[in-house]
Amino acid sequence: MAKIIMTADDSASVRQMVSFTLKQGGYDVIEAVDGMDALTKLQSTKVDMLITDLNMPNLDGIGLIKAARAIPACKFIPIVMLSTESQDTKKQEGKAAGATGWIIKPFKPEQLIAVVKKVLG
Amino acid sequence: MTDQHGQAYKEEAYELLAELETSLLELEESPDDRELIGRVFRAMHTIKGSGAMFGFDDIAAFTHEVETVFDLVRNDKLTVTKELINLTLAARDQITAMLDASGGAGSVNASVSVKIINGLRALLPQATTSAAPVAVPVETGPATTLNGVTYRIRFRPSRDIFANGTNPIGLLNELRELGQSKVLAQLCNIPVLTDLDPETCYIYWDVILTSGRGIDAIRDVFIFVEDDCEINIDVIEDGIPGDEGCDKKLGEILVERGDLAPDDMHEIIATQKRFGEILVDKGLVTPESVQTALVEQRYVKEVRKERQKLEAAASIRVPAEKLDILVNLVGELVTIQARLTQTANGRQDSELETIAEEVERLTGELRDNALNIRMLPIGSTFSKFKRLVHDLSNELGKQIEMTTAGAETELDKTVIEKLNDPLVHLIRNSIDHGIESPESRQAVGKTRMGTIHLAATHSGDSVLITITDDGAGLDKEVIRAKAIEKGLITATAELTEKEIFAQIFAPGFSTAKKVTNVSGRGVGMDVVKRAIDALRGRIEISSRRREGTTISIRIPLTLAIIESLLVKIGVDRFLIPLSLVHECVELTRTDVANAHGRNLAAVRGQMVPYIPLRKRFCIGGEAPDIEQIVITQVDGIRVGVVVDHVIGEHQTVIKSLGKVYRDVSGVSGATILGDGAVALILDIPHLLREVELEAP
Repeated sequence: MAKIIMTADDSASVRQMVSFTLKQGGYDVIEAVDGMDALTKLQSTKVDMLITDLNMPNLDGIGLIKAARAIPACKFIPIVMLSTESQDTKKQEGKAAGATGWIIKPFKPEQLIAVVKKVLG
Repeated sequence: MTDQHGQAYKEEAYELLAELETSLLELEESPDDRELIGRVFRAMHTIKGSGAMFGFDDIAAFTHEVETVFDLVRNDKLTVTKELINLTLAARDQITAMLDASGGAGSVNASVSVKIINGLRALLPQATTSAAPVAVPVETGPATTLNGVTYRIRFRPSRDIFANGTNPIGLLNELRELGQSKVLAQLCNIPVLTDLDPETCYIYWDVILTSGRGIDAIRDVFIFVEDDCEINIDVIEDGIPGDEGCDKKLGEILVERGDLAPDDMHEIIATQKRFGEILVDKGLVTPESVQTALVEQRYVKEVRKERQKLEAAASIRVPAEKLDILVNLVGELVTIQARLTQTANGRQDSELETIAEEVERLTGELRDNALNIRMLPIGSTFSKFKRLVHDLSNELGKQIEMTTAGAETELDKTVIEKLNDPLVHLIRNSIDHGIESPESRQAVGKTRMGTIHLAATHSGDSVLITITDDGAGLDKEVIRAKAIEKGLITATAELTEKEIFAQIFAPGFSTAKKVTNVSGRGVGMDVVKRAIDALRGRIEISSRRREGTTISIRIPLTLAIIESLLVKIGVDRFLIPLSLVHECVELTRTDVANAHGRNLAAVRGQMVPYIPLRKRFCIGGEAPDIEQIVITQVDGIRVGVVVDHVIGEHQTVIKSLGKVYRDVSGVSGATILGDGAVALILDIPHLLREVELEAP
């Protein structure tokens, strides 16, 4: 069974690209338009991995990661954040919230797949 | 990145820009509205981030400047002024112009960009003007092929590593992929069961890894965890040959000098305690530590030994004709060996039979090895085709991407050489007739870029090569009309799709509307077909209108020697390639009588049609009471051939039939049997096709 990955991003084009790349890589994808939407979906669906943007309306990435880690089914899943900011502070903040890793935008599809493979094993 | 995504980005960007304009105008009314500031920032952020991803680097770089300013506003380091709003609105218009320009409409005035950026920078407080560059993508550096270096890696994960969703096993597996490795888990920190928290990681690992990828590749594995885990990487063997210390031990030197008798030395060594044991006895280290150190020692030794082996086993170049001579000689040997076996069996001499069996085994191995030497990966031809696609698509003004798979598939050298021309022709055809121009592709909703996929895979004793394009596909009706016009088929003929497609292999057939440099002269597909036939291969086309065409070529692995089933009809013997044979069943007179003249036999509840070879080849004499049906499978259809006796398996050295008999139907070649007689190799697919055509 294909692993299910959720992508949370308020940019439709990034979502489309992430989703397209992952589907090509043989994963099933659930899309969420912001942190709140992602959290609602996470509460009812079990996913194997979460890829989230940091800057989103309603609930931002850091908030989403914290809230997701509180859901039992998401406690140990890999969570990767997409970030344009390469500064350490954001990474540290994300890690403290419970993120597994990060991908710096802009990235190529191969890089995305490489990171997914890395954390999903 | 495909155009499709670029288009999606543009649509989104226009939308965001429209929203941005409204937000900015509202912000002018209420400059303290945090919600509005956040909205402006996010719009800029998305335009920048996505822009860089989809190749709009100029937009990303420009938007970055605006975003920087609004980041400060968001963090209360700057207040919203009328000037800021005006500049941002100007920036918004400039981004719109950039988007328009990337679509081919109008051009961008670069000096306006500079003016806006300078204006924005002037607003910034002095300290923050050192504008950070647009985020740098993560570099996946090229693998440096160092001579395998051996590392000792100690990976001590933080205890709460699981809470971040990291699976240490995944990291260890990743390390394993870098090279040869040994992973040793250190379990000494695991507490007793009552104290054990299952969500805590107590284990740490020592990994000994030999890899040519360099230390950075190893560090990359731990990139997400390096901050909170203890990771030590040390080089324990640098991989430079000739450096190996072969220090003599004290005892050895003494023995060599004659100061000590070898027996005495061994006696003393036996009483000596091992260093590790002494250490453990003294309580200085734990037994586990000694164990892992010993493993490391052994590992390094093994690595050194293996490298020496590798250095010795280099490759040598041999002229191709020497190999051809070798294969010919092996062929002769196989023939003679068959004769030896046959003679030995007739002699009732067990000693001779043993020798014959040994020779048979050795000849078999020799044959496999000799044929294996001639096997080459098909990949070298693939790369040639990439160039072809590149040159031709430029010439014809088409955008074509070529992908390949299975480049490592091995085929006989002569087969690869003979495949070259047919493949070139087929790929040219795909480019010229198959893939449409970018404009017409776009018109039917396809991506502008066409794809040609070339794949090779092993399938049984043959190699399957497929050329798939996502072009216009074949038009059944056009082909049919053309074939009727050329007199290849009659106007009333009812043909299946496959049969219609097969018409393009007929000599003199061409449907191209105009003759181009590349194809369309109507010579070609028939030549391709003939070349594939000569390789004992098969070619097939499947196609869907507007979706593309797939051409599959099935080629036997080797041309020289095959395994086959030896059968007998009357006094004549024939060979059936073993790869086609499924099973053998008996056919009695009663079965024939019960079938009432239809050539059908019930095999385990399934009806299988058969071809009586005795009748087909007009061989005189009476068939025995019980005949044999050899059931073969061709293109997924089970068909039997009826023979008198099945003799057994046979190593068949294929000899061509020469000029005179080359076109005899139903026979693909001949071989010389052990007793010197000639046996014909049956061409089952061809036989089947003939019988099908004769059927009413």
